[in-house]
Order: sequence, then C-alpha cells, then structure tokens
Amino acid sequence: MQIAIASGKGGTGKTTLSVNLATLLSRQVERAFKVLLVDMDVEEPNSGLFLKGKLLRSEVKYRLVADWDEKKCTFCKRCANICEFNAIAYLGISVMVFPELCHSCYACSDLCPEDALPMIPHRMGEMKEFKLNDRLYFLESRLDIGVEQATPLIEQSRKEIRKMVDDHWITIIDAPPGTSCPVMEAVKDADIVLLVTEPTPFGLHDLTLAVETMRELKKPIAVVINKYGIGNNEVEKYCQKNRIPVIGKIPNLKEAAMLYSKGETLIDAIPEIKVEIENIYQGIIKLMEEKK
Amino acid sequence: MKEIVVLSGKGGTGKTSITASFAALGASQMVLADCDVDAADMHLLTAPEVLETEDFYSGKEAFIKTEGCIHCYKCIKACHYDAISVINGDFIVDPMECEGCSYCFHVCPTHTIEMNARLAGKFHISKTRFGNTLVHARLGIAADNSGKLVTKVRDEAKRIATEQQSDYILVDASPGIGCPVVASLTGAHYVVLVTEPTVSGIHDLGRVYELIEKLKIKTGCIINKADINTDMAEKTKLFLKEKGIPLIAELPYDIQFTKAITLGKTVVEYDDGSIRDLLTECWEKVKALVDAI
Repeated sequence: MQIAIASGKGGTGKTTLSVNLATLLSRQVERAFKVLLVDMDVEEPNSGLFLKGKLLRSEVKYRLVADWDEKKCTFCKRCANICEFNAIAYLGISVMVFPELCHSCYACSDLCPEDALPMIPHRMGEMKEFKLNDRLYFLESRLDIGVEQATPLIEQSRKEIRKMVDDHWITIIDAPPGTSCPVMEAVKDADIVLLVTEPTPFGLHDLTLAVETMRELKKPIAVVINKYGIGNNEVEKYCQKNRIPVIGKIPNLKEAAMLYSKGETLIDAIPEIKVEIENIYQGIIKLMEEKK
Repeated sequence: MKEIVVLSGKGGTGKTSITASFAALGASQMVLADCDVDAADMHLLTAPEVLETEDFYSGKEAFIKTEGCIHCYKCIKACHYDAISVINGDFIVDPMECEGCSYCFHVCPTHTIEMNARLAGKFHISKTRFGNTLVHARLGIAADNSGKLVTKVRDEAKRIATEQQSDYILVDASPGIGCPVVASLTGAHYVVLVTEPTVSGIHDLGRVYELIEKLKIKTGCIINKADINTDMAEKTKLFLKEKGIPLIAELPYDIQFTKAITLGKTVVEYDDGSIRDLLTECWEKVKALVDAI
C-alpha cells in the first residue's frame, strides 16, 4: 500500500505527519510489514531532518538532455525549428542547447538528419537511501540548487520505489506543496492521498485546490486537520458538504511546535498525538477496505 | 521602480501574511503581484475587485484525429512521456501526460495529429480594498507551465507599475527552489527572505539563499515566530551573519496573525498594538534597504 501525504498550502504539517506515521507504524512489530518513507519534496526535502539512520547508498541522478555535436552539424536549423521549449538557439555559426529548458522529449535528437544532437546525461540531484532499523527505511531525493525542473527527479524516485517494495511494505510519500506538476507526479502511484490542512481561510482555500487536483487524478482522498483549534470550523464544513472524510485532527500544541522546531518526533513525547496518528492509520485502513 | 520579492523556501513561514501587511502599509506606492500561482492566497486578505480577467495560453497539446489515422504506432513509439494509448482501437492522447513537444506531430505520416494551444490558467488584474493594483493568477487544474504564468504575472505588474509610476512592485513567491521560484526571482531588485527558527526553516533558508546568491540579488531576512525556539533563532542569526545577510526584523509568534487571517484581514489592520508597530517598522526598513540599491 502506498499512502501519499500532500497539501495545497505549504507548512501545514506534511512532514510531521509523514515522519510520525512512518515511525509509529514501523514500531508495531505485530504488523507484518516494513515501512518505506520517501521524501518527494525534492526542492526542500525536510523529512531527513527528523530521522537518524544509516546511509545505505547515495546516487547522483541524471536526466538525458540534447547536446550539440559541432563536428556533425550542417546548420540546417531543423532542431531549433522543432523544439517547442525554446531550448535550442540557432546562432548561424553555432547551436546552443539550454539544459534547463530541455524537456528530454528526444524530438530534436531523433529527427536531426545528421545525428548531431545526441542525448547526454545532465545532473539533476542526488538520491539517498537510509536504514533506520530493520522495519523502517527512508529514501530522499534532493534537487541541485539551480536545477529548475523538479518533476523528472520525482519521477525517478517514484520508479525507484517500485524496485524497492512489494506487498509486504507500506510506503509513505511526503509530497511537495502546491497543486501542479511536481505534486501530481509524486502521488501518481499512491493508493490514497491524505491532504493535510490547517483550519484557516488559507488552509481551506488551498485545500479546495488540492481536492480539485486529486479528483482530476481520480485519487481517493482523506483530510487531516493539523493545528486543530486555531482559526475556525470552515474546513470541517467544507469536507462535510463535499463528503470528504476527515480522518484526523491533530491539536495545536505549543509543545508540538517546540519539538518540531528541534527536529524531534512527536509520538514519544505527546501521548494524545500518538493516539491521533494511530487513528489516522485506522482511518486509512477503513477507507481502503470500503474501496474494495 | 524597484521590484521586491518575498520568498521563503519553506511553506507556512508567514510569507503571505507579511506581504499582505506590507501591501496595506504601502498601498499607494506599489503594485502587488501574487506569484504563488499554484496556491495563490493574497486575494483572501486583500478582497480585490477583479477588473480584468484573461485566459493564459502556454505551450501546446497533441490531439489525434480519428479520421486519417492509419494505426502505424509511430506516434506511440516517438512519445517519451507515454502520453498516447490505444483505447477501443483509437489512438488517444492523455492531455495530463502530454508535454506538448510535437514529436508525434512531426513523425505522423498522414498529418493526423494537431498541436493545439493549451489553456494553462487565468490571470486577473484587480483593485485591492487598499486601492492598489493586484495582479494574480490561477494555474489550471493539473496544468504545467507555472513558471511561464509567473513571468506573465510579473510582466503585467511591471507594465501597470510603469503606467502608475509606482515606487515598488511587491511579489509574493511560491515555496521551493524550482521553476516558479526562479521565474519569480530573475531580474528582481531585492529579496525579503522570511524564515522560522526550526530545523526545517534553517535548512530551507540555506537552500533558497544559495539560489539567490547564484542569481546575484541583494537580500535581507525576517525571522518570523522568532520566540518559538530561541536556540534555533540564534542559529539562524549566526547563519545570516556568516553570509552577510542583514536581519530586517524578528517577529514573535502571535495568535493575532491567525485571528486576522480568519477575519480576512491583514494583521496590521487587526492589531493596534505591538505587532502593528513591529511590521510598520519592518516595512520602513525594507524600503530603506531597497531605496539604497
């Protein structure tokens, strides 16, 4: 089973829920599965700040982009005419490819009559795998600063998960904030998407956008309200009206904010949050069973 | 005219609350641009009257006509995004997967594929209740090209600011370091970094600062919720000192921020005490730093 934890608005508690849910589930030895936590917020990966594990492997990640071969080029300009992303500039005496604009579509490379635009690896970032204990593993992908396209790295993380897990695993995805392509790529293989929000007009507004996106993707969703107690009850009203299950309400506690600020998990220090995280898992199981 | 970008790396640090407060305080001097097109919230605090709305087209998407298709599979073989599949014998493009590269269009032997302009969202030009212009946008559901929409919002804001002879353009950027953030930053005059004293806040500040350094933009930092962890606040200040980034202000965690949001107000309107004074001082300092460039 794969559970994605997403939200329209940033800073609502995606990482807190991901880390605490993964840690809690991995400790319940009576449950016969292993847990893989994957940080897919490749622009600002934070889950790792809350986990201390042994580094198992570290890999540099590349995607293929077109590269100009001066020796073969006959300056026919076909490549620059074909490219829809303005990634190729034809300068008369040379051709320039801008890797950040290249979408790796291969059109210029394959359609060049002289094979003068081979696809070559271009570094995007790094992927690391950590082992926390026998039952908890953590995969983090981190985009290099200055690399603009996050989605190709997220896609590689998503495909890496398929190699790592089978039916005896629960995978938890810490998704990036927002509602556009990086989020959609991150949740693509998820069986259920938990949308974390806060009970404020910002939280509600961005939740409605996230709900629209997930409905477009035809993903089952459930809502978790974090910092419960601040703001108002409009989020609950919205969920009720739109028949979106609210499977958790994490109270707004000063102690929780303090532990978070230090990079610590909450389930060991705050019993009521531990209970709530367990309830959220039960809520997921119930929804998945209803789906069957 | 100077363009000021409010940026945070991490989400939820209070960027929009602070930007909206600056917008209320300096209304007559500025045009406001909400470049968090993915999850734009500025309009919730500024209650704008929408004056103009325009569709934003960006990029293309492939469409395969049923008539003329000889089922040669060349398009499917060409597509690197697995966007084309055969459904009930017809070759169909999934618009969510299609990147609009036109590779299929070029290889189709019967010219059965059309490349159509893609509706990527809408943008609005509005008047806020403070009287200044707000340029904002709404990225289409499941749409790509957020960077281009950000550029469009900034271009419109610049055009209007020139017309109105505004002193500033104030930009609220999205979280992260990727394409929409880069699109919000390139060519801007000043970046106001907003951070919080948490391990995530410090981590994300470091990454977003590295990006600003690469783009060679002057910057200063506001530590929001500075009192939630004073040790982490000290660590943040040490980082700022090391990098030579001016500390613009330290703002306390205050429930007034949430209360104001809940009423659809900026905190400088809601609070008549210390928070209002702190933010007023903060805005004056930002202006002084920007004017000195």
